[in-house]
Amino acid sequence: MIKFFLMVNKQGQTRLSKYFEHVEIHKRTSLEADVIKSCLSRTKDECSFVEYKDFKLVYRQYAALFIVIGVDEAENELAVYELVHNFVEVLDKYFSRVSELDIMFNLDKVHIILDEMILNGHIVETNKSRILAPLLVLDKMVES
Amino acid sequence: MPAVSKGDGMRGLAVFISDIRNCKSKEAEIKRINKELANIRSKFKGDKALDGYSKKKYVCKLLFIFLLGHDIDFGHMEAVNLLSSNRYTEKQIGYLFISVLVNSNSELIRLINNGIKNDLASRNPTFMNLALHCIANVGSREMAEAFTADIPKILVAGDTMDSVKQSAALCLLRLNRTSPDLVPMGEWTSRVVHLLNDQHLGVVTAATSLITTLAQKNPEEFKTSVSLAVSRLSRIVTSASTDLQDYTYYFVPAPWLSVKLLRLLQCYPPPEEGAVRGRLTECLETILNKAQEPPKSKKVQHSNAKNAVLFEAISLIIHHDSEPNLLVRACNQLGQFLQHRETNLRYLALESMCTLASSEFSHEAVKTHIETVINALKTERDVSVRQRAVDLLYAMCDRSNAQQIVAEMLNYLETADYSIREEIVLKVAILAEKYAVDYTWYVDTILNLIRIAGDYVSEEVWYRVIQIVINRDDVQGYSAKTVFEALQAPACHENLVKVGGYILGEFGNLIAGDPRSSPLIQFNLLHSKFHLCSVPTRALLLSTYIKFVNLFPEIKATIQDVLRSDSQLRNADVELQQRAVEYLRLSCIASTDILATVLEEMPPFPERESSILTKLKKKKGPGKVPDMEETKKERNSDMNGSTEPVSVNSSAVTMSTPSSSTDLLGLGLAPVLNSVAPASAGGSLLVDVFSDNSPAVASLAPSAEENFSSPRIGSTDVVSDDPAAAVHDADELVNKFVCKNNGVLFENQLMQIGLKSEFRQNLGRMYIFYGNKTSTQFLSFSTAVICQDALKTQLNIQTKQVDPAVDGGAQVQQILNIECVSDFVEAPILNIQFRYGGALQNMSVKLPVTLNKFFQPTEMTSQDFFQRWKQLSIPQQEVQKIFKAKHPMDTEVTKAKIIGFGVALLDMVDPNPSNFTGAGVIHTKNIQVGCLLRLEPNTQAQMYRLTLRTSRETVSQRLCELLSEQF
Repeated sequence: MIKFFLMVNKQGQTRLSKYFEHVEIHKRTSLEADVIKSCLSRTKDECSFVEYKDFKLVYRQYAALFIVIGVDEAENELAVYELVHNFVEVLDKYFSRVSELDIMFNLDKVHIILDEMILNGHIVETNKSRILAPLLVLDKMVES
Repeated sequence: MPAVSKGDGMRGLAVFISDIRNCKSKEAEIKRINKELANIRSKFKGDKALDGYSKKKYVCKLLFIFLLGHDIDFGHMEAVNLLSSNRYTEKQIGYLFISVLVNSNSELIRLINNGIKNDLASRNPTFMNLALHCIANVGSREMAEAFTADIPKILVAGDTMDSVKQSAALCLLRLNRTSPDLVPMGEWTSRVVHLLNDQHLGVVTAATSLITTLAQKNPEEFKTSVSLAVSRLSRIVTSASTDLQDYTYYFVPAPWLSVKLLRLLQCYPPPEEGAVRGRLTECLETILNKAQEPPKSKKVQHSNAKNAVLFEAISLIIHHDSEPNLLVRACNQLGQFLQHRETNLRYLALESMCTLASSEFSHEAVKTHIETVINALKTERDVSVRQRAVDLLYAMCDRSNAQQIVAEMLNYLETADYSIREEIVLKVAILAEKYAVDYTWYVDTILNLIRIAGDYVSEEVWYRVIQIVINRDDVQGYSAKTVFEALQAPACHENLVKVGGYILGEFGNLIAGDPRSSPLIQFNLLHSKFHLCSVPTRALLLSTYIKFVNLFPEIKATIQDVLRSDSQLRNADVELQQRAVEYLRLSCIASTDILATVLEEMPPFPERESSILTKLKKKKGPGKVPDMEETKKERNSDMNGSTEPVSVNSSAVTMSTPSSSTDLLGLGLAPVLNSVAPASAGGSLLVDVFSDNSPAVASLAPSAEENFSSPRIGSTDVVSDDPAAAVHDADELVNKFVCKNNGVLFENQLMQIGLKSEFRQNLGRMYIFYGNKTSTQFLSFSTAVICQDALKTQLNIQTKQVDPAVDGGAQVQQILNIECVSDFVEAPILNIQFRYGGALQNMSVKLPVTLNKFFQPTEMTSQDFFQRWKQLSIPQQEVQKIFKAKHPMDTEVTKAKIIGFGVALLDMVDPNPSNFTGAGVIHTKNIQVGCLLRLEPNTQAQMYRLTLRTSRETVSQRLCELLSEQF
């Protein structure tokens, strides 16, 4: 299963975090710092999967933003790697060219998108239009 | 898509976030956050009702603050109010806050449950989804209790919307994870399995996760999912790339769902039914074929998605391990990936091939890639990829390529990353031993290991080389020569000095004929390293010297001079000093015959699992060392096939502690020395030699050899590593149980021993629980309760033997029936023996059966107390002890301890209220002994005075000893 989902910028600031197993808040900060350190220091030649404690990190970089997912051995690394890209494409579709600022200022919406894609640490939906459907309903209500 | 403006009009939020971004320091950030928190708190507490928009804004701010790593301790009530709102926007933000910030033990759950209940009943799919997401994210036990009945119904109801079904599936999975006992299996399970047939791929995706998890726990119940999963998979892989519309990702049909279905199939063996099996084979072939087709897109997303499915298919092929054709095709496919330009693929291919190597059908096919893998070791830029290459080389190693692989690993070791050196050392050591045809090659390899990476050679490795050299007389001469040559190097690693010292001490005589390695030259060479070594190594070298005295009488005087020097005899280290003193004395006093017996060559070691393997297992976990079992089998046959049966020489049999005869090199030594059996205590070892008592001498020979293998090394770090060695200085343990009857008696890495006991008058019953903490079965498990000397007549202990096999993770119980015949002092000893991974484990602990357990409390008045006190006025009847408090002097704790000791605590007896008085009767079969006690604390001095009066001197003495240790 997927243990956590992080979006972090190059300065190491967390922009989104979602844990699928409960982690104490003070442990989160140190875990995040640790995870980020082990991903940021890697070069393009190195592979996108990092063994970290008893699980694996799958990470992907988009400009200055890293998305890091912690998974246990029951996940398929490449599938998770592409899940990241699918997620980014959903964000792109919604925000039309998503940027770090979009994520910061629309934390609630990013959470809605993530909740539609991953529930309880498992991939639940991959179809972009269905992922965005609840958010569009919400937007319609706000407009009216 | 709607154009989304930054911040969505929430100016306050935008300002706050940019403020935070502009903070120059952590302090400034915290200050700004605290200001904001105060602001929000006052807004929430204020009289003015907040509108939905403001609430939403503040909750967003709180989420942001939480994300920055600050705990949020308010706002929860507001969130609950929001989620109870009828407006979707407010409800949504309320649920979001709860999902992110509330953990499962929050007191709010009941309120949240209320909201969820309403939303689930609302029949509004959007609301239902929010509620289900919340359960799936928070998933506390209380939620499970409230909703386990509803959720399966929602999941399988015909009229439920697809999206709600998806959420319900994951929700049920969550509840099954947190409270499996509450989720009833039953009529809904078969309907869940049929969700695999659902028209909607989103529903199938969610359901597959649920079914996979449930099938892992109850394979039988979900067996029907196999054929459904196969047919679903088959429809996906044969669909045209546009058939599945939005579930097609870069021309790959439903990649994530395919991966999940292939995972689900890995919960089961190959399908039995021919048609299903044929269809699955077709699917797998199709997936393998597609990998060879030209890509439909140049995008990396396309190939990644395709390969995700391919790797999962290969995992399934390996899991089934039944179709040679597919296995070989899988291997060829992975072989292509080994040279792919994408690092990710090379990494995954190495990892996957590692499991493929252990299949008999594909082992040979894997071996053909050896050059590529060796090349990866040399050229990969990523340490984790190189690590995989090492793992694969280890997995593909067999007799045909062992020399090449070991040589390459040694080569790599010179430049390997520090983080993986130790593991490579272990692997090289294991392979060299396992596939050694020629043991001179093995010895060379290990010495090379020490030369190249001495710091990473753990004790297990050098213990093992010695074990093998001792057991194989065909390499002893060669080993002596080789270590002698290796020691000539101006700077050699301390581990080499250890191996060299040990081997020359045993077999130096085999090369002494050569004038270049005469006894004196050997000795001088070793002694030239002496001063550069650590204390344990020096201790070992001293033992080598005394062995030399026996091997080479001609240099006895030289060695005696060295032992006699101040730097030895007066060494600040007590172990070195003791050895020097004792060895010197031994060399002076003992006759040649006695010396020859005491310092005889080590007997062969009984064959057992290599401790190196155990160590590697510990490092990696069993899953990562695929061919462990095979390794074990093969090694055993190696040893048995090519050496004479190991004959333990007669003196070894007489050894005092069974564990020491099987333990190599000090692993079992500390217990011999600290053993509860006084006869084998280290201190008396040499004294006994001089008693001229021949049986004693015979039994000492092996002990001396054990001693030779540097006991103190063991006592510091090895014991903690090797649980076999645990024998416990038990007085501390016994003291722990004087005032209580239950608890953990003993614990190490292998096992835990728990106790529960009850006593009544002169009888007692003790329940001992032996818990196997490992995942491996303990064999030949046996226990014995030993009452030594006088205790035999004082205590009667009866018990039944326990089952000789204790499964991994299991606990067995043993009941002791205890009868106290007369008063006693010593404690019975519990001795436990069992085999774990081939090694005999032996441990002894004192059982906390103490005299005070047979107390019956006696209530009496102040007058009675003093009257009896006066009656017991003979000096021998009274014992008094004044001692310092070891724990804080707390009246209530003291009272509890006195009651726990077994006597009645008498209030208002002593004129001084701060004193404690107690009375009780010790029941034994033969007599009853009345006992009065008085404890006087002096808080200023932090001292106690304890006075006991009983009719029996020995009882007074013993009770005083026991009780005075408690405060």
